[in-house]
Amino acid sequence: MQRIVIQQAPFDLNAEVAALAAGGAAGAVVNFTGHVRAEDGLASLTLEHYPGMTEAEIARMAAEAAARWPLTGITVIHRVGTLKPGDAIVLVAAAAAHRTPAFAACEFLMDYLKTHAPFWKQETRNGETRWAEARASDDAAASRWRKP
Amino acid sequence: MTLLYFAWLRQVIGSGEEQITLPPGIGDVRGLITHLKGLDAKYAQAFADEGRIRTAVNQHHAALDAPVSDGDEIAFFPPVTGG
Repeated sequence: MQRIVIQQAPFDLNAEVAALAAGGAAGAVVNFTGHVRAEDGLASLTLEHYPGMTEAEIARMAAEAAARWPLTGITVIHRVGTLKPGDAIVLVAAAAAHRTPAFAACEFLMDYLKTHAPFWKQETRNGETRWAEARASDDAAASRWRKP
Repeated sequence: MTLLYFAWLRQVIGSGEEQITLPPGIGDVRGLITHLKGLDAKYAQAFADEGRIRTAVNQHHAALDAPVSDGDEIAFFPPVTGG
């Protein structure tokens, strides 16, 4: 079961976790939320994405996670538009009967989302905007999930 | 075919989407980039450093040697920075 949403609006973490836990198949729901960091005087972030491919790429990641671990549900919500420091950007949640696969799948999904989902951040500081640069550390984090 | 540009590539090219007819003899992403660079200065600027460009063919990440054909949706963008 995949729930993949791209939206401008905030998300309701408690409602998303409750939905993954509903029915009782999931004894473990692990979630990650990413937030806008007030780094170097950042005033706001504006996120754009590639509608169509974004959803398709995240669905492929979720299918890969479901093939690797015995999951009962996956939820990925990513916000777009302009966000302020402290605002939530992304929610990744994985549910499973037991905690180990839920932890692993959540981390896998987040690492792949950072390096594969087509989103781009524009950072505004002191009235000036620039595109965020990709980080090599994110590529390294994703590469450890590669199968030999 | 449909060409899409995102983030700073869109800004340099001045448009997020355009329709072109694939010229004969071009069979892969690398060939398409070479063709675009020859169109005018803004494409030449946008694609000057191919190491900074990522490509998707029909909404799948693709390498420079990925085949392209008329009717495809080809997207060009910088390395992704979501999450």
